Amino acid sequence: MTRRKQLDRREFLTQSGRMVGGVSIFGGIIGLFGKQAASMPAYAIRPPSALPEEEFLGACIRCGMCVRDCPYDILHLAELQEEVALGTPYFVAHEIPCEMCEDIPCVRNCPTGALDRDMEDIEKAEMGIAVLVDHETCLNILGLRCDICYRVCPVMDEAISLERIPNLRTGSHAIFVPTVHSDRCTGCGLCEHACPLPVAAIKVLPETIAKGQLGEHYRLGWEEKEKIGGSLVTPDKEHEYNLPEGFQYDLTGEGLTGPSVDN
Amino acid sequence: MARNVVGEAAIKEKGWIRSHKWLIMRRISQLSIIALFLLGPLASIWFLGDLEEEFWIIKGNLVSSVVLDTVPLTDPFVYLQTLFAGQAFEITALIGALIVAIFYLLVGGRVYCSWVCPMNIVTDTAGWLRRRLGIKKKCDSSPNIRFWVLGMAMVLALISGTLLWELVNPVTLLQRSIFYSFGMGWITVVGIFLYDLLWSRNGWCGHLCPMGAFYSLLGKFSLLRVRVAERSACDDCMDCFTVCPEPQVIRPALKGENGEGPVIDRSQCTNCGRCIDICGPDVFTFGGRFNNK
Repeated sequence: MTRRKQLDRREFLTQSGRMVGGVSIFGGIIGLFGKQAASMPAYAIRPPSALPEEEFLGACIRCGMCVRDCPYDILHLAELQEEVALGTPYFVAHEIPCEMCEDIPCVRNCPTGALDRDMEDIEKAEMGIAVLVDHETCLNILGLRCDICYRVCPVMDEAISLERIPNLRTGSHAIFVPTVHSDRCTGCGLCEHACPLPVAAIKVLPETIAKGQLGEHYRLGWEEKEKIGGSLVTPDKEHEYNLPEGFQYDLTGEGLTGPSVDN
Repeated sequence: MARNVVGEAAIKEKGWIRSHKWLIMRRISQLSIIALFLLGPLASIWFLGDLEEEFWIIKGNLVSSVVLDTVPLTDPFVYLQTLFAGQAFEITALIGALIVAIFYLLVGGRVYCSWVCPMNIVTDTAGWLRRRLGIKKKCDSSPNIRFWVLGMAMVLALISGTLLWELVNPVTLLQRSIFYSFGMGWITVVGIFLYDLLWSRNGWCGHLCPMGAFYSLLGKFSLLRVRVAERSACDDCMDCFTVCPEPQVIRPALKGENGEGPVIDRSQCTNCGRCIDICGPDVFTFGGRFNNK
């Protein structure tokens, strides 16, 4: 009787050990695979008001409610062969961009808050940031007045403006550079979708890729000036030159002049 | 008495319909749940007569949905993962998960497996074909692995802060694929079918699936149970053991081992009712858990 019990225990331990071992290895593989799967490709854009990517992957329950509620059938749940984490919603701007519905139906029924249901203003969305990535093919920069990205932008004149610079090639024309302002751009992708080039020169990218960061110690003089309402430094005193008699020094003009310099 | 076909005796005694009653009901249940989800805005035409106002009877998928735009339903297994991931203590999902949990607390957790989950159709078919083809190869793994896999899924969520298991979960993958679109998801489903068919009897649902393990724990004290009503009528034909997806649950109650039974109160029982169907002398019946004498 005792012998049998001991055997049972041994059997139990080896069996449990095998199970725990197997399951741990399996778990490790999933963990490594998950790390790879968690990196979003740059072309994939989450629905508006999505949590930051890492939190999103913990909160999104993959029910597809947002997919059902999108009136334009833009959103799509990632399938097995795709590069986005399995079952999570995204869209690809150059295929079909976000139409920026004012009532934002896609976020209203999210059961877990992976999308912020209380978002009020679609213009506050930060799905990504459009970047004029190719200055060599952009028709506007080549000197034409394409302006399409500027005109389709739902936050027109604020998210994309046309900044004029002289066209040095012709010497007599202007170049209207489409310029994205990241604080107003929602990342909807209408500009990328509308770009007439076979491959768009303007693309929506994740903020982490699209944005640089200014060192914290930088102060923009013109902004500081505006804040204070005047010059930041005390004005220079008139400089006094200690020159021999008859000599003058003109800082912006002729330089040193005097009675006998030319001789 | 040697028989080729399992269940022949039951068919002879009760007729085909009565010996497949619960199986047919389960298929109707599984398919109509899928149909309700897929019906989608078509419901507007049938009930309202126009398509202006979109109207869904149930929207979402089996992981999370809303019924008639009001009642939320959330799968407590996936919801638990989001909690372990440190996310989403969100009231809608919480209410939805509670409603679903209470339902399965009453009727038996694994009712989800046998009456709702579409994967059940895949693995049942594999099991049926296996019997038909007489494939005997089996891999003697413990049906308890799934509890470790369940633990692993939660630990993975806890460590990573994301739903790692949902990156590979074939059950939710299949459900999503049906309701949205199939990509390469087919491969996983075919893989499970072949695994169940060629390698291990009830290999997925009966041994590995952590959702089954979760629902099994959830339904530990459920009210609805299969009951051995006529222990003396059993003629030891073994048909119930052959068709049961969790055959280990039958013996204690049927044979009265260790004073167990007549209620099958092992939580791994899926309440599928196949044993009731397949039994010629009608040994089994559905009953309450307290009717245990």
